[in-house]
Amino acid sequence: MSSLWEYANPQKFMRTSSVLLPVFSVAAAICLGVGLVWGFFLTPEAENFGSTVKIIYIHVPSAMMAINAWVMMLVTSLIWLVRRHHVSALAARAAAPIGMTMTLIALITGAIWGEPMWGTYWVWDPRLTSFLILFLFYLGYIALWEAIENPDAAADLTSVLCIVGSVFAVLSRYAVNFWSQGLHQGASLSLDKKENVADVFYIPLLFCIAGFVCLFVALVLLRTRTEIRARRIRAMIARERMA
Amino acid sequence: MIALLLRDLRLAIRAGGGFGLGLAFFLIVVVLVPFGVGSDRALLAAIAPGILWVGALLACLLSLDRIFALDHEDGSLDLLATAPIPLEGVVAMKAAAHWVTTGLPLTLAAPGLGLLLNLPAAGYGWLAASLALGTPALSMIGSFGAALTVGLKRGGLLLSLLVLPLYVPTLIFGAEAVARGIDGRDTGTPLLMLTAITLAAMALLPFAAAAAIRINLR
Amino acid sequence: MELVVTDLACARGGVPVLEGVGFTLAAGQALMLRGPNGIGKTTLLRTLAGLQPPLAGTVSAPPESIAYAAHADGLKATLTVTENLTFWARIFGQTDIAPALEAFDLADLAGRPAQNLSAGQKRRLGLARLLVTGRPIWMLDEPTVSLDAASVAQFGHAVARHLAQGGAALIATHIDLGFEAGVLDVTAFRARPRRIDSFDEAFA
Repeated sequence: MSSLWEYANPQKFMRTSSVLLPVFSVAAAICLGVGLVWGFFLTPEAENFGSTVKIIYIHVPSAMMAINAWVMMLVTSLIWLVRRHHVSALAARAAAPIGMTMTLIALITGAIWGEPMWGTYWVWDPRLTSFLILFLFYLGYIALWEAIENPDAAADLTSVLCIVGSVFAVLSRYAVNFWSQGLHQGASLSLDKKENVADVFYIPLLFCIAGFVCLFVALVLLRTRTEIRARRIRAMIARERMA
Repeated sequence: MIALLLRDLRLAIRAGGGFGLGLAFFLIVVVLVPFGVGSDRALLAAIAPGILWVGALLACLLSLDRIFALDHEDGSLDLLATAPIPLEGVVAMKAAAHWVTTGLPLTLAAPGLGLLLNLPAAGYGWLAASLALGTPALSMIGSFGAALTVGLKRGGLLLSLLVLPLYVPTLIFGAEAVARGIDGRDTGTPLLMLTAITLAAMALLPFAAAAAIRINLR
Repeated sequence: MELVVTDLACARGGVPVLEGVGFTLAAGQALMLRGPNGIGKTTLLRTLAGLQPPLAGTVSAPPESIAYAAHADGLKATLTVTENLTFWARIFGQTDIAPALEAFDLADLAGRPAQNLSAGQKRRLGLARLLVTGRPIWMLDEPTVSLDAASVAQFGHAVARHLAQGGAALIATHIDLGFEAGVLDVTAFRARPRRIDSFDEAFA
């Protein structure tokens, strides 16, 4: 294996991903199964939270993946712009709807959790607002991919948007913080044990996070494979027309 | 490049250029708000900074798709891309022309419209200052969005979807500066942030926008 | 002043249309691009003008020597003939538009807004723009569309004069413009599709 970039070759990518896809799928199923069952049924109910606290097993991992998906898109976009590997651009395209879904899951589970906790489904808290803005960024990014006919131009333009959008997303996060002081509790996983979620909740949560990461990787692989096949079909049709 | 700026200004002023359209839209938005929320003067005073900023932002958005689309249709953009002036300069000049025809009139008109919304007396200066500092960023960010969608047949709606999330920080700091000014709190931070956004947008976004135009012209 | 094109390949919408294009255009020469519709003449001209990157091959010309004119004239309807020309002259760092007005018989129309011109007059104005660029190599895509016989002759004279002054022209057209010119049939460079089952990284 001489170089990491070998995997940017679509054929190599298809071969490798066909092996990795089942591995990550099974890992995701196991981790999520263990984490969710453990978390939902085998942990005590927290004193002042009640059973609603158990939604963190979905809320926290999905929120993490919502941001990680965007970071992954940023990295793959940069790789596409610099090295012109088509697989990289297609992976960014593949990750966007997954990231958007994760954002939506985080927002919805947050609202469900927020109702008993704060007595309202929605507050204009910095964290919630930032996620809503992130959702809008995903929406625009996906819409731009869909709108442009030429796949290379679409890859280029969405990459530029992703980079500029990342800067503005960070800026928005800061601006929103400035704009409103929030209700949202601090990070659930600050690793600072005093403020942190107690150990009983912590270990199943780690399983769930690992499960979401595997799920994300599996979905991105699956969708990238679909995108690659779609591009091949497109290229074949173009050749048929030329011949 | 000055020739380009002058041409765009001249085009905007001539018939069919759409000059003043944004201003009229701004007026209508501001007039509609009391119909929606009621005429309670205290309530209007409380929401005036936000409404004026959102109104200015929407009015700015209205004319964005004209920045490059018209030049793309009649082939001018192809010719400008092969001209000796850099495309980055073209973008900057077009954004500047957009600001002079939209942002500047909005800034000048906003205090007048503030009267309609019962904006507290302390807010007028801050409103004008925040719009003057913030609207160039709106034009520049908008030019970037317009550059992304220039090749598309009906890019207007997509353009709004792409640009509005990018407007969030500008809007927050702009409206916050006015609100703080009214309350007599320190406006330094939001105004400085607004200025920083404008300067950074002017310095960096022409490159991103020019890259987007080159991609769209291929 | 010479345009040298070697082994050029270009694509339209991501699909290769021409490959292996090579020719040389020296000062004083004109070259007519021929070939059926859709073969890629416009794509070739856009690639040569630098509006899109080639898939392969090189285009070597002195910097800022190419003036490109396509189907769209880049005219603003509400500006007058003079204003339109003056604008393009200033963009290209020139000042004198009188020779351009005179060469295409536009002096009488100078004060008229472009929206009040006929299609042929607009076309003449679009071609007059070439003269105010001050650039030696003209790349013209179907320049004679909507021109009447007299205007075509006028255009032919303008190109001939440009060639005599040491310029060069690459013209995609099927009309005989009445001056000596080489012919390049691009059909010969049509990109051949590769085998269906093989794909490179770019899915091409």
